Amino acid sequence: MAVNDAIVGWKTITWGCHVLEPGNSAEFRTGDWRSQRPVVDKEKCIKCGMCWIFCPDMAYSQDDEGYYEADMEYCKGCGICAHECPKDAITMVAEEG
Amino acid sequence: MARRVGVEVSIAIAEAVKLAKAEVIPAYPITPQTHIVEHLSEIVANGELDAEFIPVESEHAAMSACCGSSAAGARTFTSSSSQGLSLMSEVLYIPPAMRLPIVNVVANRAMSAPISIWNDHQDIMVQRDTGWIQTFAENGQEAVDLTLHAFRVAEDRRVSLPIIVNIDGFTLSHVIEPIELPDQEAVDAYIPPFKPRYKLDPRKPISMGPVGIPEVYTEAKVAQDNIIKNSKKVIVKAWKEFAEQFGREYNPVETYRTDDAEIMLVTMGSISETAMTAVDKMRDAGQKVGLVRIRLWRPFPGPEFRKAAGKAKVLAVIDRTLPPGALCGPVGAELRSLFYKIPGSPKIFSFVAGLGGRDVTVARFEEIVEKAKKYAKKRPKELYEVIGVREK
Repeated sequence: MAVNDAIVGWKTITWGCHVLEPGNSAEFRTGDWRSQRPVVDKEKCIKCGMCWIFCPDMAYSQDDEGYYEADMEYCKGCGICAHECPKDAITMVAEEG
Repeated sequence: MARRVGVEVSIAIAEAVKLAKAEVIPAYPITPQTHIVEHLSEIVANGELDAEFIPVESEHAAMSACCGSSAAGARTFTSSSSQGLSLMSEVLYIPPAMRLPIVNVVANRAMSAPISIWNDHQDIMVQRDTGWIQTFAENGQEAVDLTLHAFRVAEDRRVSLPIIVNIDGFTLSHVIEPIELPDQEAVDAYIPPFKPRYKLDPRKPISMGPVGIPEVYTEAKVAQDNIIKNSKKVIVKAWKEFAEQFGREYNPVETYRTDDAEIMLVTMGSISETAMTAVDKMRDAGQKVGLVRIRLWRPFPGPEFRKAAGKAKVLAVIDRTLPPGALCGPVGAELRSLFYKIPGSPKIFSFVAGLGGRDVTVARFEEIVEKAKKYAKKRPKELYEVIGVREK
């Protein structure tokens, strides 16, 4: 079982627990507790962008060919994209390990 | 020259806030604090004080606005009482943790139900553990002086914590007393401009109040505890400098006729003046009675209290709140912890008096001393006793 030991000391924690470095949330991986990942079948995808619209975490972005892909650093695996996809092009696949 | 005038204490506190040059005052009126913020709104509207007076929709909003303005680097004042202070409660925990030096004068009042607008200490004891530095004033002059002291200490970068100055509702807030209001120049010399170490500034963005995950939260809280404990040095030094500047001396714990005293009363707030009269009367009758008054409640001045009262045989501690189901009142519990298993320490008896505006008279203090004497010989069944309560 994981033990949530301290990652900072009380003498070295920032003043008032402030985050003094702006914009560092981009460095923070929030998708690593995902249990399922969306896999897009490009044969079925019509590039409608419904997954991009509905994603509650704005994890989707469009690639050069116009397909949508979720950023696995932020995707929580909620499955809303798979549910909303009008062509059933997105399948939720269990994460392993 | 400083002026000594007959003035209502609430008005004098508002004048002290003006002298301290508060910049933002988000406030909501509640009895018996109303006159403080009412007078401040007039001062601001008249252009006597260059400040934003924000008439918010609730005390929850008042303290939220205080957090915002203090975080933006403005000298911030508010005032509340009783139910209003409780409505602030959720937000009261935030400024100490985020090191926002807000000054809040609380006109102490009982909590409903039954509805009571009158004085006791229940409202502030509910907020005891919110992390604010807390002082208790005995009279109107002290209420003014502690307000000025609060700005000085709160904004000191070694402290950078919010402060609550407790004044007894009505007994202090609505009484006209001769009060010396210091000169602007002297106050300016005592309270330097507010220069926060960090503030919300788009040119140098930071985040305040982030999530504290389990791997961080404990360390954040231990850091906070250490900061308030270490603030005592600055609090005491600021009182020393206050004495040099204004000629009135304050200490974390005060004593009255405690030399050779075997029994000492322990009080906080305005009942201490009646207690002194009671001590004089009992001394005249040959009783070795003294008084110890706690001015600094948080951080609790343990060593100072031990020094002041450690030689007594008996301490009769008066709490002005009755926490239902507790072993005794909060001041009694604090002192029992302080002296626990220390050899030769005084016997401590805890009393509850003055709830919801019930007068604590000289006769009541005499009764408390008599009871404490009796209990010193024969231990009482309960760890506290309510004084002046009618049974049938």
